Amino acid sequence: MRFMMFIYPGIEDEANWNPSAEDVAAMTAYNEKLTQAGVLLALDGLHPSAEGARVTYPGGKAKVTDGPFAEAKELIGGYWLIQAKSKEEAVEWASRCPCTEGAVVEVRRVFEMSDFPADVQEAATLSSTPPQQTASA
Amino acid sequence: MGDASEDRTAGAAAARRAVEAVWRIESARVIAGLARLLRDVGLAEDLAQDALVAALETWPKTGVPDNPGAWLMATGRRRAIDLIRRNRRLEDKQQELARDLAIQLAMGSADLDAALDDDIGDDLLSLIFTCCHPVLSTEARVALTLRMLGGLTTPEIARAYLVPESTVAQRIVRAKRTLAEAHVPFEAPTGADRTDRLGSVLEVVYLIFNEGYSATAGDDWLRPGLCEDALRFGRILAGLTPREPEVHGLVALMEIQASRTAARIGPSGEAVLLLDQDRARWDQMLIRRGLAALERAQDLGGAFGPYALQAAIAACHVRARTAADTDWERLAALYDALAQLAPSPVVQLNRAVAVSMAFGPQAGLDLVDVLESDGTLDGYHLLPSVRGDLLAKLGRLDEARADFERAAALTRNTRERDLLQQRAAECARGAAGH
Repeated sequence: MRFMMFIYPGIEDEANWNPSAEDVAAMTAYNEKLTQAGVLLALDGLHPSAEGARVTYPGGKAKVTDGPFAEAKELIGGYWLIQAKSKEEAVEWASRCPCTEGAVVEVRRVFEMSDFPADVQEAATLSSTPPQQTASA
Repeated sequence: MGDASEDRTAGAAAARRAVEAVWRIESARVIAGLARLLRDVGLAEDLAQDALVAALETWPKTGVPDNPGAWLMATGRRRAIDLIRRNRRLEDKQQELARDLAIQLAMGSADLDAALDDDIGDDLLSLIFTCCHPVLSTEARVALTLRMLGGLTTPEIARAYLVPESTVAQRIVRAKRTLAEAHVPFEAPTGADRTDRLGSVLEVVYLIFNEGYSATAGDDWLRPGLCEDALRFGRILAGLTPREPEVHGLVALMEIQASRTAARIGPSGEAVLLLDQDRARWDQMLIRRGLAALERAQDLGGAFGPYALQAAIAACHVRARTAADTDWERLAALYDALAQLAPSPVVQLNRAVAVSMAFGPQAGLDLVDVLESDGTLDGYHLLPSVRGDLLAKLGRLDEARADFERAAALTRNTRERDLLQQRAAECARGAAGH
């Protein structure tokens, strides 16, 4: 099974946020542990919301609102994609994330094709030609 | 009342699952740490299991400690000391250890620094090499690796391998005894035999992967789960031995094979051959990871290792956007290299197919006929099946029909038999039309 772990760092003043060397070292050590355990599939950190945008759909039409966004609790700071045997294992990994009070790590299981009935699987097949590989050597 | 007791039962089950999750993450490190102390992997695993039992009793009441790995290790160590005090045989072993340490000190050996280094990585590597020691049977190596490195229980291993629990339990007990009796040292080999020993480790990991990969039915998650376990072992090993090209080669092979899992089975559970697969269902992330691992293997000078070559073949397929885009000339060359490195009639047959796609059916047929006269693939339905296909392409329909019929008689898969008989009938109709 795959799980996505979203981190909501809960930073009040996003624009003036600067992580300390210790914070970065702790997070790097955590990421290394995930790698060494063979569970990490992918991870990324995100730029502040000031550089992002939100698209809403009032009346079904797209409406763009540029960042920054005020609600610190709702701001995602990054994600990890991990492979784990159970939800409990994923939660255990999330529990080990070096976070301070106010942060939230949300653990969500990734849908797999086999979770869907056959007709949905059929509908999900958009094209028989997958996108070109970016990593092709 | 009933609700309260149900709540308690549900709460206990949840607590148990939480402890098991910690176990899956920590067990290999705990066993490895204890094995360094005791120089006995079997005993280390018994003590680690004792620590797990203690955790299952304690943590549901106290909560999971902040550093559960350290808790398990400390508990295991205490049990080890108790055991040493009680057990004369072990006491001798401890004295032997103390003597060794004194000698090393006197000689100013650098080994001592390594021995005192708290880095668990070396212990973990020693554990992997010990579980996969050639003194053990393949089955024993697989069972020990799943149990000690993967944290799987005996019932889990039994279910994954469709054998009785008692069989697995016996395999593990016997394997531990064999390791003890053969005085297998707890270490990662560094000398001349390292390549062979590493080969044994990689073989075990790939066997576990294939056991999961060949299980087409998904009615029990434990069998496909073996693929995930093997991938995890491979990634752990790659982290511990980053300079070994074949480790990256094996990881690349497994990541790329695993990327095709969803496309390998059709709507009614039938196997779908590689060239017929819906490529949109291939997992692009695993493909990228696989290609990156293959590149590491090649950068380390290991392009022609057996696993790296197989990974390169798999990579050649996944790089093609459609089956028609496949680079068959490159595949033919890769199969040629693999056939020279690890001669096998199945590889030769695959090579013949690639050659026919790259250079025409006659070139492929020539190779298949050599294989046919060897006789090593007698009874293997794919040989006449491939031969029939090549003959049909060459317009030799009577001969093609005979080969398709021969293949249909050999296969045990009914769906495949239908398909082969259908092709035989097509050839018969075509021949009559001429």
